[in-house]
Amino acid sequence: MPQLPGMLVGLGVTAKTFFKTVFPDGPTGPPAPSKGAHTVQYPHVKEAPPTRARGVIALHQDNCTACMLCARECPDWCIYIEGHKELAPPRRAGGKPRQKNKLDRFDIDFALCMYCGICVEVCPFDALFWSPEFEFSEMKIADLLHDKSRLADWMETVPEFPAYEAGSEQKVRKVPAT
Amino acid sequence: MTPFIAELAYWQETVLRGLVGLVAVLLPTGALVYLFLFKMMSFMQSRLGPMETGPYGQLQLLAEFGKFLQKEDIFPAKADRVVFAAAPFVVLVSTFLLVLVLPGGPDAHFIDVNTGIYFALAVSSVSVIGILMAGWGSNSKYSLLGGLRAAAQLIAYELPLVLSVVGVVIMAGTLNMKGIVEAQAGSVWYIIPQFVAFLIFLVSIQAELTQPPFDMPVAESELVTGYLTEYSGIRFLLFFIGEFATAAVFSAIGATLFLGGWHIPFVDVSSEVMNWIGPLVLAAKMILIAFFIFWFRITYPRFREDQLQQLAWKFLIPLSLANIAVTAFFKVVF
Repeated sequence: MPQLPGMLVGLGVTAKTFFKTVFPDGPTGPPAPSKGAHTVQYPHVKEAPPTRARGVIALHQDNCTACMLCARECPDWCIYIEGHKELAPPRRAGGKPRQKNKLDRFDIDFALCMYCGICVEVCPFDALFWSPEFEFSEMKIADLLHDKSRLADWMETVPEFPAYEAGSEQKVRKVPAT
Repeated sequence: MTPFIAELAYWQETVLRGLVGLVAVLLPTGALVYLFLFKMMSFMQSRLGPMETGPYGQLQLLAEFGKFLQKEDIFPAKADRVVFAAAPFVVLVSTFLLVLVLPGGPDAHFIDVNTGIYFALAVSSVSVIGILMAGWGSNSKYSLLGGLRAAAQLIAYELPLVLSVVGVVIMAGTLNMKGIVEAQAGSVWYIIPQFVAFLIFLVSIQAELTQPPFDMPVAESELVTGYLTEYSGIRFLLFFIGEFATAAVFSAIGATLFLGGWHIPFVDVSSEVMNWIGPLVLAAKMILIAFFIFWFRITYPRFREDQLQQLAWKFLIPLSLANIAVTAFFKVVF
């Protein structure tokens, strides 16, 4: 049977994983499966997610212009935006008052969201960011609708934007993450 | 059995035997499922398995049991109700009948029949009827296909199973399982002279138990869960117990046939003390064989249906026939 050597190798793989899991310190050490296993016992031990993990979406309110691009691109239509126009003082004395879009409502329904990140990609004003936080489960499904203040709170958990490699300074974003 | 049982009334003895039978089936089953299916499988996949219920998840089986008891016992709308309801019990009865002839010591047995191993192999085929009943009674295409696949597979692997046992029977000169153990105590454990038969036996029971890689009848990627598809609650649990209890009993039969049953070297095989430590010795050997079953189960991917049948008909059956011929030759010549 030509398959036989391969079958024995397969048995070896599982046996090796078994001993690596049960005896992480080598055959002389005490059996310690909790140390040898690659998994983490979640409620007791918390794993630090990678900084760029896609946990929850944060909103930087000042940057949002209510342009609705994210809401239109969202495949699940889980972003709800309402706004109105406001007059802001002119930049220079004697100038015409500026018109600004003021955000009234910015909700993301995380019960619908599929964490595709298209809204973060599409935002032209860097108002949306990924945060690696993942513990925001709720007892009621309606509570998964995060309003703009709650989305703004996630901004504290957004990691610093990583530095670009040397020679590409002109690409650095004008707006800092915080 | 032991002397004190002789003083009991008939009904007391019957109740006692029933309880011992339940323990003899359920305890090894639970041990196998916890040790191998929960823990060893997890370690082989570099994870921990159940850890929350009791220390190291030891009470997980009780939790699973409670979960299945709570669930609704659903009958499909157009199911053949009587057949559907009876099927898990047929499977379980076949398992319990297997335990009857299994000797745990010179006097520690339920019944002592001269055709013990023949009885065991015959009775193990009864579970095919239960599985066919489940497949037919569910009135579901997945169940029916799964049931028919199971029947085809169990019939195909029954042959190498029986033929591999024939070599042992030729060497021992008896069909009585106690006689086989005593014959091994007199010479050598039959795993050495009958190593080929032992390998065939291992592969065949793997297929008889529909454990992966021979789990075409419950291939979840194509048949949902085969003949189990429509079952829920307690009846699903009975099938589950039946599957792993049969694994335990077949391992014990393998231990009896090839590893000397309750016999350990340097202890007289028919001494009184073996009635007490014999079952433990047998359990230890059973766990050893079950370790191999579950190791194969965890390691290998599923066979395709035609590969599965080819292995049985084109490879295992000719090999076991050759094994019988060689064994008979040596038996006659030496």
